[in-house]
Amino acid sequence: MRYSALQILRQGLTGNRGWKPVWREPEPKPHYDIVIVGGGGHGLATAYYLAARHGLTNVAVLEKGWLGSGNVGRNTTIVRSNYLLPGNEPFYELSMKLWEGLEQDLNYNAMVSQRGIINLYHSDGQRDAAARRGNAMILAGADAVLLDREAVRKKCPFLDFDNERFPIMGGLWQPRGGTVRHDAVAWGYARGADRQGVDLIQNCEVTGFDIRSGVCRGVETARGTIGADRVAVCVAGSSGRVMGYAGLRLPIESHVLQAFVSEGLKPAIPGVLTFGAGHFYISQSDKGGLVFGGDIDGYNSYAQRGNLPALEHVCEGGMALMPMIGRARVLRIWGGLVDMSMDGSPFIDRTPIDGLFFNGGWNYGGFKATPASGYCYAHLIATGAPHPVAAEMRLDRFERGAPIDERGAGAQPNLH
Amino acid sequence: MLIDHPLLGPRDEAEFVILGDAGLIDRPDWQAEDAAQLFHDYLHLRDNPAGEHRELWFHEQGDRSWLVVTRNTLTHEIVRVELARDVAIARGRDR
Repeated sequence: MRYSALQILRQGLTGNRGWKPVWREPEPKPHYDIVIVGGGGHGLATAYYLAARHGLTNVAVLEKGWLGSGNVGRNTTIVRSNYLLPGNEPFYELSMKLWEGLEQDLNYNAMVSQRGIINLYHSDGQRDAAARRGNAMILAGADAVLLDREAVRKKCPFLDFDNERFPIMGGLWQPRGGTVRHDAVAWGYARGADRQGVDLIQNCEVTGFDIRSGVCRGVETARGTIGADRVAVCVAGSSGRVMGYAGLRLPIESHVLQAFVSEGLKPAIPGVLTFGAGHFYISQSDKGGLVFGGDIDGYNSYAQRGNLPALEHVCEGGMALMPMIGRARVLRIWGGLVDMSMDGSPFIDRTPIDGLFFNGGWNYGGFKATPASGYCYAHLIATGAPHPVAAEMRLDRFERGAPIDERGAGAQPNLH
Repeated sequence: MLIDHPLLGPRDEAEFVILGDAGLIDRPDWQAEDAAQLFHDYLHLRDNPAGEHRELWFHEQGDRSWLVVTRNTLTHEIVRVELARDVAIARGRDR
């Protein structure tokens, strides 16, 4: 069923009895051309682009729980393409362009809201770095505007501009950045893939790979063995665990990242703001809740919950940036598992095992990458060659001395 | 999390910073034939287990000792805390 205003009107006049389930619930077939492990945003996007761009529809997506039950439902919904390095920025800008056409492409309302993102700077050095980053963005076809103090004040009069330690001198503004309704992204891609014949199989945990003479021929699952010519793993957060079934060690650690939402408040915050002197970022949801977060906790974790020191650090950052936040009460706290890689950048690559592909290492920034990740992963799986904008996101880049290290922190995952 | 320091007793996690997998104690032999490969694996690859994990913590806001903490990554339960020095010596290092 195609969604439209006319459809809403028609259904409304007939008692809303005509709506159908958004996707089928098929039984797994014994063999597929391609099996995607992981029914989150990236896995569903991959399935969608395999069908839509490459005409490959004998595809199954296997999901351990329910579709979109992992990080695509646990993030802070921010989209942006304000990266610096040539290995990253064209990729994220492709993602930004795909976000801009996503709803028309999918015929699904994902509430893409380009309300802008401002990264604040607090010193001359940070201003120069912001100018350099802005230039790198513009070179890659993205948009960037360097704002001075007064321009930021005009947009966000509530900030603590004259903070003794970290006065706000200005910010790097990406007007096309913003937020997207995260669950709707998973649902929209799932519906789009399902409509083209992709089987979405829920409650089907993968427990092993069928690897013979160095070739992957399928997966072992909670619902039996499923054969496949190509297997594409897409389980960021649990990459180490799943790829361990294939005997691979990865340049990845699993960490916990917490996020916070306040009670609903009147509209106060235009777009997304990030503090440049500590790690704190904030936006306001359409329901009015302040959605904010900061650093990862810093230790390896698969627990999907964090501890209080990280919460305290985030709230201190919030108070330093915008003291008015002190009156807001935190309503919800949650944690998600993130693949922290050795250089803070992701992987979309083949593995040493023929027929087994890997997508992961998204650190704390996987949501914004969802469309491009699916697009480039589908390209790799379908054609056998990496997409040009993801060509540097290889598993062997550390051996070749070619990391994509935005922060320059080296092989220390909890510092990226 | 409370880390039960072998010398100082239970201390809050906020006093510590974590470096990562305790395998970092086992630095490869730089004179080995395949030293480049060994150092790549040592520096970049991780077991990343879901369950018990041995890791290096530094008591930065305390006595500045290095600890090997055995912690469950599924529950955050801390099972064992040792001085990293003792662990390193037991593994054949001279300090």
